[in-house]
Parts: sequence; C-alpha cells; structure tokens
Amino acid sequence: MIFGVVQFPGSCDDEDALRACARVGDARLLWHGSGELGDVDAIVVPGGFSYGDYLRCGAIARFSPAMEAVTGFAAKGGPVLGICNGFQVLCEAGLLPGALLNNTGVRFVCRQVVCEVVDVDNPFTHALAEGERLSLPIKHTTGRYYAPAEQLAEMEAHGQVVLRYAEDSNPNGSVNDIAGVRNRQGNVLGLMPHLEHAVEPLHGSEDGLKVLQSLAESLVGA
Amino acid sequence: MRARVLVRPKAGILDPQGIAVERALPALGFEGVSNVHVGRLIELDVEDPSRLDEMCRLLLANPLIEDYEVLGTTSSGAAA
Repeated sequence: MIFGVVQFPGSCDDEDALRACARVGDARLLWHGSGELGDVDAIVVPGGFSYGDYLRCGAIARFSPAMEAVTGFAAKGGPVLGICNGFQVLCEAGLLPGALLNNTGVRFVCRQVVCEVVDVDNPFTHALAEGERLSLPIKHTTGRYYAPAEQLAEMEAHGQVVLRYAEDSNPNGSVNDIAGVRNRQGNVLGLMPHLEHAVEPLHGSEDGLKVLQSLAESLVGA
Repeated sequence: MRARVLVRPKAGILDPQGIAVERALPALGFEGVSNVHVGRLIELDVEDPSRLDEMCRLLLANPLIEDYEVLGTTSSGAAA
C-alpha cells in the first residue's frame, strides 16, 4: 500500500511520518500546493505548524489545494489520519467534529502518555484490542479537545472517541479525556499523540506502529 | 472600506489565557479585576463589506469555539 504524507510549509513531523509509514508500506510526500494525490491508498496529515499556525492552528492549511483533494479522497471513503497539527487541520476542515483549544495549563506539554483504545470499529484500530494501552509521546500547546455537549454525546454514542488518555493523566484538559476521534464512517481519524515518534526500539515504544499496521491490514483485506 | 473584526472565545468555553491574565493582574497591585478574556482584533481593508460575515464564518473565526463581531467599517485611510 502507498501512504501519502501531506507537507505544508511549517510541517515538521512530515519526515518522521514518512519514515514511520515506510515501515509498513510505501510512502511519499505530497506537496500542499498540489491537488494531485496520485495513487495513494491512505493520507497522513502530519504534525507541525502548518502556515505558521497563524490565525488558528490549521485554519489556513485547510484551504490548500492538497487539503481540498484530501477532502474529496475522504468523501470517497479513503482513509485519512491526522496527527497533532494534522488533527487540528482535519477539525478545521470539517472532516472531524470538534476543535482543539489551548491547553488548560497554557503551556507547551511534551511527554510520554498512555492512551487507551476505546473504539476498534475503524481501520486504524481494528487490529488492536478494546482497552489496549498505547504508550505514545505528545508535544503540543493546543491539544485540548472540545466539542459542544450535544455533539459530544452523539459522538460517544456512535463510538467516535477512539483514544482516551489513561485515567488521571489528561495532559491538556481535553473534554472526556479525549486523545483521538474519528468521523462517523470511521475512515478519518485525528489524534494528538505522535504515533510516528513511537515506531522504533530507540523511541522507547513501538506502539505507534500498531495503528499503521492495522490500517495496512484493513486495506489489504478490503 | 476599513473594517475591524473582533474574535472572542465563546462564552462558557474555558479560556485559560484569560484566567492567566486575570491572575497576573492582582500580583501587580490591580485588584478588583474579573471576567478577563483574551481574543483578537483583525483589521482589514475590504472592497465589499457585505462579505465580511462570510469571511468570519469561513476563516477569521471558528464559530464552534469563537464568537465574532464586525465592529464597524470606516472609509479606508481613516484612522481605524
């Protein structure tokens, strides 16, 4: 399978995401200024500071030609994974519900966290077990997930919360300890933890690989 | 036209930036300050002010988490 990693001016985890994807399949970078995605099977919107994060994180990136193409790709059921800034971009683009706000502590948070998989009814976690714990790093200032109460209840009812920070470890004030959410169909996932920084023994955890492998397996099986 | 758009965190959504500022003020001797919120002001020259609302909804603000208000327009060149 082929992963396409979108590269914006200001992306900084694009190369790491590329390397992580390359451990599971083929991977190539997709420049933000092009609306051509080529024959990729899955899209990764990586972390960083797209367009300087000016105005709001992800607000400007969502209007790039590449993101317009990604929106079309997602509408046809193509899998799209947004990590950190990529999660913010997907929320701004309306591909995922909710928004990311600045951390309750008003500080940049950089540390390893434990997340619990709470939904496996999607290609990204279907190969994982419900309740499985993943050790992944976070590094963000704007990671407090928020959705209005009514929307949140609907999301919870439809299993759209995929990852939660383990009990008593919410690092940013996210509502319902949310670390990652998916769309109703399940083909778009956004998460704050950097799974691409947890794919080699030197990283201290290889749990991020499980998500990419799950996605690859589901595409082969499709 | 010169336009000014005020974007604020929506009421009811925790505004840690506002809280941090609110806590900093008494430390400087400014007592009796409450309900501090931090937003942003966007100034822009527009040919068609009737499109400002659309601009706000699409880009300048995220209506899910922010309220916006067009503070009024003046002719370009005038002090805004």
